[in-house]
Amino acid sequence: MNEKRASLGYDFIKGFIKENPTFALAVGMCPTLAVTTSLVNGFWMGIAVIFVLTFSNVFVSLLRKVIPDEIRVPIFIILIATPVVIVELVMKAYMPAMYNILGIFVPLIVVNCIILHRAESFAHKNPILNSVMDALGSGMAFTLNLMVIGAIREFLGTGQLAIGSLVFPKAPLFEPAVVMLTPPGGFITLGVLMALLNIVVARAGKRKQTESPRG
Amino acid sequence: MGDRLLVTPPPHVKSAKTVQGIMLDVVIALCPAAIAGIVLFGFRAALIILASVVSAVASEAIYQRAVKKQVTINDFSAVITGLLLALTLPPNVPVWIPVIGAAFAIVVVKQLFGGLGNNFLNPALAARAFLLAAWPLHMTQDWVNPMSYDAATSATPLAGFNATGQTALTFKEMLLGQRLGSIGETCILALLLGGIYLLARDVIDYRTPLGYLGTLAVGTWIFGKPGELFQGNPLSAIFLGGAFIGAFFMATDYVTSPVTPRGRLYMGIGCGLITLVIRLWGGYPEGVTYAILFMNLVTPLIDKYVVPRYYGSGHDKMARKGGGR
Repeated sequence: MNEKRASLGYDFIKGFIKENPTFALAVGMCPTLAVTTSLVNGFWMGIAVIFVLTFSNVFVSLLRKVIPDEIRVPIFIILIATPVVIVELVMKAYMPAMYNILGIFVPLIVVNCIILHRAESFAHKNPILNSVMDALGSGMAFTLNLMVIGAIREFLGTGQLAIGSLVFPKAPLFEPAVVMLTPPGGFITLGVLMALLNIVVARAGKRKQTESPRG
Repeated sequence: MGDRLLVTPPPHVKSAKTVQGIMLDVVIALCPAAIAGIVLFGFRAALIILASVVSAVASEAIYQRAVKKQVTINDFSAVITGLLLALTLPPNVPVWIPVIGAAFAIVVVKQLFGGLGNNFLNPALAARAFLLAAWPLHMTQDWVNPMSYDAATSATPLAGFNATGQTALTFKEMLLGQRLGSIGETCILALLLGGIYLLARDVIDYRTPLGYLGTLAVGTWIFGKPGELFQGNPLSAIFLGGAFIGAFFMATDYVTSPVTPRGRLYMGIGCGLITLVIRLWGGYPEGVTYAILFMNLVTPLIDKYVVPRYYGSGHDKMARKGGGR
């Protein structure tokens, strides 16, 4: 195998900007648009994905030398479906209210692009520790994305933010724009955030380019 | 150098029309409707129109300056967007509604897609649809009684007309716009004046409004009365609601409607059909906004398939039919 591995730190950090699942790779769009009507929904969806992603990356990486190349995708799916069932049953048992909100999108994590994408493009070719860092990085970035989108939509759509029983501010600050809780609001938020991230990345890239000849 | 053969790419024929000139014509054509709206619904209407236009122009200037593009507020296109949006709003909405709506129209619908000529939806109508989805109560209840200027929250006469196929309004009331409705949609006389001006100045094609209003009138005549065919009231159908302003000023928008004469007719007919379906069988009382937005989306398809035959083409087809003349 090639020994020139990138550092564990890089494998963790790259999920946030360069390979940000939502804004750079545009994978996992279905839950991103469907369940992000509030910050809390986004958080729990993200936690579920982090668990499944770590589990599947570990096992794909462990078995990468024995998985026949021709049938690797069905095997990935089996390795992904196992933790999804665990998450689904745990959620149903201990937080039925949240399970009812997230609904079909919990079992649908099986076919979530992020997880298959990380399995195919990373865990399939890399050692376990790197794969774990990759899963944690991508998963946390995904969670952060869902929380940011959820927070923006919840705030604009209801005029306040609710975390458990903590509601801030007490009364809506302005007249809530119901559209932000509907799919168009999700698309608008996603598009604006994606554009902003691209601007930041492009600016940073330009700065690096202009600096390098001098240095 | 004078005897060199000069080869330039087409187009070779230049028109005296400019973007600015055409836009100014549209602004002039909208003035009667705006004045009628202010007369009918009072000071509030003037405030809404002012807020919308100022917000549209300011958004365009601020956005273009922010992204270091050339500031093009002198071409009047932002003024039209602001004016059109205001004319489609209920007269009693809070002032921040047109401000947010116009900013959304200019920044999100127009500038983010590349500015004038590149937006795929009519900015004013897309903003209206956004406002309708965002603050549905304001957009469907903030009416004002004409001439008496007091607030009214009852449904517009169109809702009753859709349900029963008839209206208590007289022909004169409908013509002068003495009914509940959006600022600029009620006074048919003023809209007709503006429309005729645009037709006379060759700014718009008669096919789109004709196809639109014709389809809507005929369709309402056939299906308008519940339980009976061919008993509907075609004139009330085009005089109530926003079909008139939509047909003359919005479905004819250059950027978002087909370029060929036949395509423009199809655009009108499509708008008429969708409006009819939404009014008679849909969940909303009025369907003009969504009808035109939907046809905006179909416009590239119409332009692709409705291509005029140019001289000398189509020879094979004629030969197959029996050799032409």
